[in-house]
Amino acid sequence: MAEIKPAANPQRPLSPHLQIYRPMLSMTMSIAHRATGIALYGGSILLVWWFAAAAQSDSYFDLVQAFFNHWFGRIVLFGFNWALIHHALGGIRHFIWDMGQGFKLSTVEWMVRANLIGSIVLTILLWAVAYGVKP
Amino acid sequence: MIIDPGMKTPLKKVKGFGSAKSGTDHFWQQRATAVANLPLMAFMVGFVIWHLGATRAEVIASLHHPVVALLLIMGLASAFWHMRLGLQVVIEDYLHSHLTKFSALALNIAVATSFFAVSAYSILKMSFAP
Repeated sequence: MAEIKPAANPQRPLSPHLQIYRPMLSMTMSIAHRATGIALYGGSILLVWWFAAAAQSDSYFDLVQAFFNHWFGRIVLFGFNWALIHHALGGIRHFIWDMGQGFKLSTVEWMVRANLIGSIVLTILLWAVAYGVKP
Repeated sequence: MIIDPGMKTPLKKVKGFGSAKSGTDHFWQQRATAVANLPLMAFMVGFVIWHLGATRAEVIASLHHPVVALLLIMGLASAFWHMRLGLQVVIEDYLHSHLTKFSALALNIAVATSFFAVSAYSILKMSFAP
């Protein structure tokens, strides 16, 4: 929460940031964790909208349901769901690190791959089951 | 600030004097809500997907069960608080001028708590509806 004051000497070197490093999967997945978190923040308004509509009236809820049943609404929901699963798996990855485990480079590499592939597989699986049960 | 040199332990002297004035509270709340979110969001996603093509009457019928309504409200409380904590870190990382930073921090809390209020009220209204 400290205020960043303008540097007295503008020539002072800055600490290296994203543009300095060669992109790596672990770095990209760290950014993806933050990006999905921000996306979920924005997307959560859809959940609020859905609950508020259900509390409102039959006609308004039917309208909102029609939006989510439309192919565009389904794609939005699918993306929202993927972001949630990706962020949740990323959170589990961080729990493992919080416990002081999994810092070996090969383990880190394995975990970020499992995070990315797992999120895609789990989301498709969940929607396949959902469409199977209620098409 | 004058600190009594004799009667306080070193821990008491430094408590609440970190840069954020709140110690590790933020970190712990982020982790606690993250753990809570895992089962509660699984239930939330299941509820929403289950009711995707449903009529309003069917949604209200499901919400009549107190356990369903309570699990959803607890999920919303945990998720929106987690969301508020998370975006606070993003704001503190990228916004550095006093006015924009504090406006964004205040707006973040206003948005997250409003989202919770609207959705929790909607669920209660339907749960209590005859």
